[in-house]
Amino acid sequence: MSTTLTPPPKKVNRIGLEVLSYKGGKTTLCAGCGHNSISERIVECFYELGIQPWSVAKFSGIGCSSKSPAYFLGLAHGFNAVHGRMPAVATGALLANRHILGLGVTGDGDTASIGIGQFMHMVRRNVPMIYIIEDNGVYGLTKGQFSATADLGSTLKSGTPNDLPPFDCCALALKWGATFVGRSFSGDKKQLQALLKAAIAHDGLSVIDVISPCVTFNDHEGSTKSYSYMKDHEEALHELDFVPAYEDISVDIPEGEVMDVQMHDGSHLRIRKLDRDYNPTSKLAALSALEEAEARGEVLTGVLYVNTAKPNFVQMLNLADEALATLPESKVRPPREVLDQVMEELR
Amino acid sequence: MSTLEVSPAEPRLGEFDQSVINDFSIQVATVNGSGSQTANTVLMRAIFQMGIPVSGKNMFPSNIAGLPTWFTIRASKHGYIGRKKEIDFLVAMNPETAREDVMKLDSGAAVVYDEPLKLNALRSDLHFYPVPFDKLVGPVCPEAKLRKLVRNMIYDGVVANLLSIEMEEVRKALVKQFGKRKAKAAELNWGAAQAGYDYAAKTFTKTDPFRVERMNETAGKIIIDGNSAAALGCMFAGVTVVTWYPITPSSSLVETLIGYMRRFRLDPETRKATYAIVQAEDELASIGMAIGAGWAGARAMTSTAGPGISLMSEFVGLGYYAEIPAVIFDVQRVGPSTGLPTRTSQGDLLSTALLSHGDTKHPLYFPSSPEECFTMAIDAFDLAEQFQTPVFVMTDLDLGMNNWMADPFPYPTEPIRRGKVLSAEDLERLGGFARYKDVDGDGVGYRTLPATPHPAAAYFTRGSGHNENAAYSEREDDYINNMDRLARKFETMRGRVPAPQIDVKDGAEIGVIAVGTSHYAVEESRDQLLREYEIATSYLRPKAYPFNQELSDFIRRHERVYVVDQNRDAQLLGLMRLELSPEEIAKLRSVRYYGGLPLDARTVTDEIIRQEGK
Repeated sequence: MSTTLTPPPKKVNRIGLEVLSYKGGKTTLCAGCGHNSISERIVECFYELGIQPWSVAKFSGIGCSSKSPAYFLGLAHGFNAVHGRMPAVATGALLANRHILGLGVTGDGDTASIGIGQFMHMVRRNVPMIYIIEDNGVYGLTKGQFSATADLGSTLKSGTPNDLPPFDCCALALKWGATFVGRSFSGDKKQLQALLKAAIAHDGLSVIDVISPCVTFNDHEGSTKSYSYMKDHEEALHELDFVPAYEDISVDIPEGEVMDVQMHDGSHLRIRKLDRDYNPTSKLAALSALEEAEARGEVLTGVLYVNTAKPNFVQMLNLADEALATLPESKVRPPREVLDQVMEELR
Repeated sequence: MSTLEVSPAEPRLGEFDQSVINDFSIQVATVNGSGSQTANTVLMRAIFQMGIPVSGKNMFPSNIAGLPTWFTIRASKHGYIGRKKEIDFLVAMNPETAREDVMKLDSGAAVVYDEPLKLNALRSDLHFYPVPFDKLVGPVCPEAKLRKLVRNMIYDGVVANLLSIEMEEVRKALVKQFGKRKAKAAELNWGAAQAGYDYAAKTFTKTDPFRVERMNETAGKIIIDGNSAAALGCMFAGVTVVTWYPITPSSSLVETLIGYMRRFRLDPETRKATYAIVQAEDELASIGMAIGAGWAGARAMTSTAGPGISLMSEFVGLGYYAEIPAVIFDVQRVGPSTGLPTRTSQGDLLSTALLSHGDTKHPLYFPSSPEECFTMAIDAFDLAEQFQTPVFVMTDLDLGMNNWMADPFPYPTEPIRRGKVLSAEDLERLGGFARYKDVDGDGVGYRTLPATPHPAAAYFTRGSGHNENAAYSEREDDYINNMDRLARKFETMRGRVPAPQIDVKDGAEIGVIAVGTSHYAVEESRDQLLREYEIATSYLRPKAYPFNQELSDFIRRHERVYVVDQNRDAQLLGLMRLELSPEEIAKLRSVRYYGGLPLDARTVTDEIIRQEGK
């Protein structure tokens, strides 16, 4: 009697999809690029949370980072827009269909240089989406020029120093209206996962600045966004744990050392405080923590700020519950009587 | 006609024996910010209510207060509603310009003026009516700070008396203007108008020939500006996402739209908005949002003027290449650069038709009336979605911001056309789709909307090179195939956009071609050419670009074809050159005006006659 080997059941998530359903095309970025790690974390998070990939829309601008949406969530619509202006495209799309889960991926040049204006206005509007800045302080795709997040004193491969101070996108975001602000490091798998999962649950603008070293143009001695610099200077604010709404949330964490933030969908973001009494719901605390870290030459990572009370842009506009895009004609073309009434007023 | 020189003509005061009825223009010269707009609108409306065809042109500065502004009202029993160059009846309220305004008049014109200006000393060949406005305003307006505004209504009364405008119609127009909620303001102004009327009645002996007489030519018509008409068109088109950045002369389009949408587009049950209107941080963001919204399936639009069009260039190229619907209103003003922001022009035709780098071309609509602003707005949304591309509606300041007598708008008879959009059910049946594949031979592929619940729904939208499957490609054949398909799509559009208005006169050697607001000057000019020079002309008015076959046919059947342009570089003619044969192009001649004022018939007539060598 011959024995038939039954293949082991394929591993699926809570909605029955394999991790393959969350992957994208093969990356064309450099081997070792921090951006690829971020793409991998995105795949894992959406898979693990069991989100329908087609409910997501990916947005990006122009640059190495902005190419990456082709490398994850292949079953989601993607829009690779123009340089620095992805926030406008994403804003329009999210107004057209408020049920889209918006995921923006951009770079430091795309956001802080050419796109700083649109970035700030997106922040001000609290557009409900996840906005990941893959921050390497350099223009990779045009071969290594400084961006506006390059640190003062950092040098190009050629040795040219940067004599302008950087924009801190996290500081800008939390000061002017983003309701979830975090910073991480592409090499910190666990922290980045927790941040991303919390951002997915957040119903407002989540800005996540991920230091993502450029192995080709910005991973050398003079760079403050290199792997070696980050290993020496990263200071994690706290340990993070994200508990989705559908999981048993009675995890045993000692009282007094844990701050529990309830997200919009009922899930929880647990922040284990380390040596400092850090409160992520205080803008002031977040800003001063950033200032202090900068003064010490450290890169502060973790969830800097969460505000689950402020309405997002879609809510502020009092939009219909259904997607505007697919409202039937009966809802968007007023009846003949309305035209008659208006004409009468103009006679 | 003399301009600044005093004509030594004999005084004609009191010697007119023939009245000029319902055929003259009134010009009111004021300082902007003085609130004259209300008085002028009331005057125009009163004449309209007496059944006389009328038009109003506001020539105003790019300024909030203190600079000269002129409002011209033309009454025309013939129904000519273009600008008339010659002023017959001047109301001189602005001390800064009064002298020049008076010197420019043709002999025999009438002047109502503020008495202290002593304008009657300037010329002896005009009819002068001095009015002591400051003395008259005191008793009718006890509140000193309102006098500056109410003062203007006095000239309405004076003019009504001199021109035989019925005061009952002035009163009705006032009530209409102020609405029920501002009844007190209406009363105050009515008092001022009466004071003006009474003063004129007891003081003046009429010496000029101009007056109105009741007609029945405006029954059923409405008065509206083109921007409001376009706004109504957008609402009835079912627009769902509106993005904009303030700019003259387009701002009032969206501002009016906001008012209408709040009244008529809240869901009756939930009171929630079936639309989003966003004032963006700049035009780059407004077009970006419109493109994002159009991509996600909204009926999306933005509205701007030349400087905004320049800024939108990059995104419009993306919309063209990635094939995303959006409707863009360009209410044209005078460029280049900041130019003359409050003056009219057709100076964006070429740059908009070919907006953005690389091989791009876009459909344009050319409305010439409020009714067409309405109907073309509706059609533009259908076209944009059917062809998945940015569509421009090219109006101008004259059409957009001036009040026009218009026919009431027709309720759309066709259902909204959303174009080729695949649903989850379609995808289930088809098994998948190729976003940029020309399945139907019309150059238009099928698209899906983000968040369509199906694993085969997604595709990747990009402004970089792509193949039929929307995958990144730098291959030569993929690029060429795609660009050829886009050209094919444009050709399909040629048969879909509205056909031109054509009036061919048998035996006419001369054809005239014009778009948009040039229409009114051309209509009147054709009558002038026939009446004064016995030249019969045919006329073709394209309503859209790409041009239809009718354009070539029209040019072929005429010896010489004059193309009328409101810009320096003959842009309409230039646009035609891109599509016509050398034989057709050889027949084209250019008539151009680019001074920033609405085009008038005499300018067109004189230039055609000059080129005809007559």
